[in-house]
Amino acid sequence: MDSILSLASIFFTMILVDNYVLVKFLGICPFLGVSKKLDSAVGMSLAVTFVMVMATAATWPIQTFLLTPVDAVTGELKWDLGYLQTIVFILIIAVLVQLLENILKKFIPALYKALGVYLPLITTNCTILGVTILNIDNGYSFIESIVCAAGAGIGFLVAMVLFSGVRRRVEMAMPPKCFEGLPITLVSAAMVAMSFMGFGGIVQSIFGV
Amino acid sequence: MNPILMAILLVTAVGLVGAIILVVASIVMYVPVDERVEQITAALPGANCGACGCAGCADYAKTIVEDGNAVNKCIPGGAAAAQAIAGIMGVEAGSTTPMKAAVRCAGTCDKTGKRYEFEGLQSCQAVKGLYGGDGLCQFGCMGYGDCVKACAFDAIHIENGVAKVNRDNCTGCGACAAVCPNQVIEIVPAHKRKPVVSCRNQDKGAVTRKACSAGCIGCMKCAKACPKEAITVENNLAYIDQSKCVGCQICVKECPVGAIVVPANL
Repeated sequence: MDSILSLASIFFTMILVDNYVLVKFLGICPFLGVSKKLDSAVGMSLAVTFVMVMATAATWPIQTFLLTPVDAVTGELKWDLGYLQTIVFILIIAVLVQLLENILKKFIPALYKALGVYLPLITTNCTILGVTILNIDNGYSFIESIVCAAGAGIGFLVAMVLFSGVRRRVEMAMPPKCFEGLPITLVSAAMVAMSFMGFGGIVQSIFGV
Repeated sequence: MNPILMAILLVTAVGLVGAIILVVASIVMYVPVDERVEQITAALPGANCGACGCAGCADYAKTIVEDGNAVNKCIPGGAAAAQAIAGIMGVEAGSTTPMKAAVRCAGTCDKTGKRYEFEGLQSCQAVKGLYGGDGLCQFGCMGYGDCVKACAFDAIHIENGVAKVNRDNCTGCGACAAVCPNQVIEIVPAHKRKPVVSCRNQDKGAVTRKACSAGCIGCMKCAKACPKEAITVENNLAYIDQSKCVGCQICVKECPVGAIVVPANL
């Protein structure tokens, strides 16, 4: 029961309190670039969520068993290649996205067409790398990491959907000439991000952990 | 084991495993592509200019095969590409009118001046943002070369403060016209004799006169002289309808300020 509670708390913390886009400011590029239309925002977020979970499932074992393996008897590191983390993770994410693209192209062409150019773009998306690395830094177990990645993905989705709604309103507003376009978008992004600060502490008080 | 060697081995091993997985996946999950898409992509110029309305040459090829897009939309490739694609698809080519960019400003350094000295980012877009541009005329070419950067064919250059099109290189893709903040560049049918009004100034004649000695003052002489009624004057600015113009060049002789020019002769 406790473990389910703690997993749920991780999940909702990632969505509301530690939202990757609005609180940790990772993945701002797709956040600003793809949030113009609701359907493409949802498509991109689902692709990101999917790749995030897959990448975490692939990088966690590699970190634990290849880069920093722990000797079961003595509890000491067998060797420490933790400094290779970034390079190896990027490599794995790139392979994963490419593989995913092949699989989708073959078996789910409809989804492949819907995701279009967003899928290869995810290769260099900093949220993916951020999630995989922060999972390791937080010392999460495998299950916790997966839940955390799924939460981060859903958080990304929430941020994208919210912001695409905000943008639609902003587009109809008439800001001063010098604020038109990107400046007013950035200002509104800052306001949305600020509103998420209100969620601080909410998950702890709900789940009592 | 040597830690350096180990790190190298590990990264190489991970890379190799990934490569093998991808190679296997690409063979196992090979999706046959319509070979006509590749043939058409090869027949297109590959400039990815977007003049056809698609995201690039490969995308255009895909829409031709899959969605039945017209085969004559490639402006840089012109009739040759349309013929080649029509051959591949087995349909009639239709006709393509070659288009060329024409700069509608003649305000060179000796004809007009500057209101202020600009020392910021060397881009028309940036200058335009500062009180509408640094020229005495706010409608003309600013000469900071956004169009030069946009051109994929090395066909447009800044000469004496105004953009000048090299018509041999120009493919009429319209990339330069799209980036110009003053809409100075117009894409016109490539004709040897048809003239264009090389001015965009919409101020009243006297104001235009003060700003630039080559500006259109909206005197209507050309509109009255044109035998085909191809010229209209609106907002103190003459405009030549290229579809009505027959290239008689009477307007060129009539214009008191010399603002009507034949692009092919420039």
